Amino acid sequence: MSSILTVRGIVKSYGVSPALRGVTIDVAEGEIVAVTGPSGCGKSTLLYCASGIMRPDAGEVTFNGSRIDTWSESRRSELRRSQFGVLFQFGQLVAELPAADNIALPLLLRGTPRRNALTAARTWLDRLGIADVAGKRPGEMSGGQAQRVALARALVTEPRILFADEPTGALDTLNGETVLNQITRVTRDQGTTVLLVTHEAKVAAYADREVPLRDGELDPSGLGLRGATPVGAA
Amino acid sequence: MSTSYVLLGLLTTGPHHGYELKHAHDSALPQAKPLGFGQVYATLGRLERDGLVVKAGSEQDGGPERTTFALTEPGRAALTSWLAEVEPAAPHVASTLLAKVVVALLTAGETAARDYLIRQRQTHTERMRELTRVKSDPNASVGDVVAADFALVHLDADLRWLETTLGRVAELHQEVRS
Repeated sequence: MSSILTVRGIVKSYGVSPALRGVTIDVAEGEIVAVTGPSGCGKSTLLYCASGIMRPDAGEVTFNGSRIDTWSESRRSELRRSQFGVLFQFGQLVAELPAADNIALPLLLRGTPRRNALTAARTWLDRLGIADVAGKRPGEMSGGQAQRVALARALVTEPRILFADEPTGALDTLNGETVLNQITRVTRDQGTTVLLVTHEAKVAAYADREVPLRDGELDPSGLGLRGATPVGAA
Repeated sequence: MSTSYVLLGLLTTGPHHGYELKHAHDSALPQAKPLGFGQVYATLGRLERDGLVVKAGSEQDGGPERTTFALTEPGRAALTSWLAEVEPAAPHVASTLLAKVVVALLTAGETAARDYLIRQRQTHTERMRELTRVKSDPNASVGDVVAADFALVHLDADLRWLETTLGRVAELHQEVRS
């Protein structure tokens, strides 16, 4: 499989605090990769840099053969709207809009006629088993329902890559499992690549591969041992 | 059974009699069930029968005569091979994992203990991926899902324990060597 996303030697600091110290990863098309590690290891920063939300201080981010870290903010925004879907832990739905409108939003922003956008939104509500919340606003939904609406919104544009930052961090076990099953099933059906950030081994177990980080660097041992490679690891 | 290997590990520091081994075992693994003297001598008898230890002499320090035992080369080889083997990733292996870490620290030092923990972590994460595939299969029965859940939460707990233990390896090394 060819690489759809490559992050090479990226460095990012917040003021004087380094968050990433030269991280390189390659993600193949259709692969589900979990970036893991404890709080503060740089995994969310890696997702922000890889998805173009943030620009790294050094290093390169390549999507589908094009280097995107040098692009302007507006060009990266356009890329996110058209090619990427992003799912956060919480707080991503527009509180005033019903679920169907929330899901339709990315399509409306790129000029899809309202009727078509809402039809697509309803298809996704059906697909994720939450057709009954179509008319509800985020405040009227459970956490699990809201996160599935957010997932539908991230996938309605049929992105090439889904970026998910602790997507089940605010959910109980069963709701978290539903969301993870839906993420993996739908993205595998569509061939969508997934870069998932989590601090939980049981969430990372849904991925094809784990990339452990520690203190802003790759940590192949998964146990914070710099430079160590587990015996038998590829 | 890890008791045999813990005793072999304790004998890497030199010949000891059963009384000393019982106390060294209970002090190296304070959370494990204390060994009975009968269990110590029965285990030493089996190890001697299998050629892994030999009688090395006897001591009489004002009390009853005590036979000391020493590790043999086959005993050392059996210990090394046990330490090299990661445990199958299954629930309830934490006590064996702990015994292995402590014995690795006693016999081979921090690097070997860390190397063991890394390999064990990999075995656990691979098993968790397999179990997740089983329970995510749309055709999985509720029974399959519930059994996979049980194994997954235990493996997850073991993994967190492995990570914490790794952070304590240096401290643990000092403690088991003291």
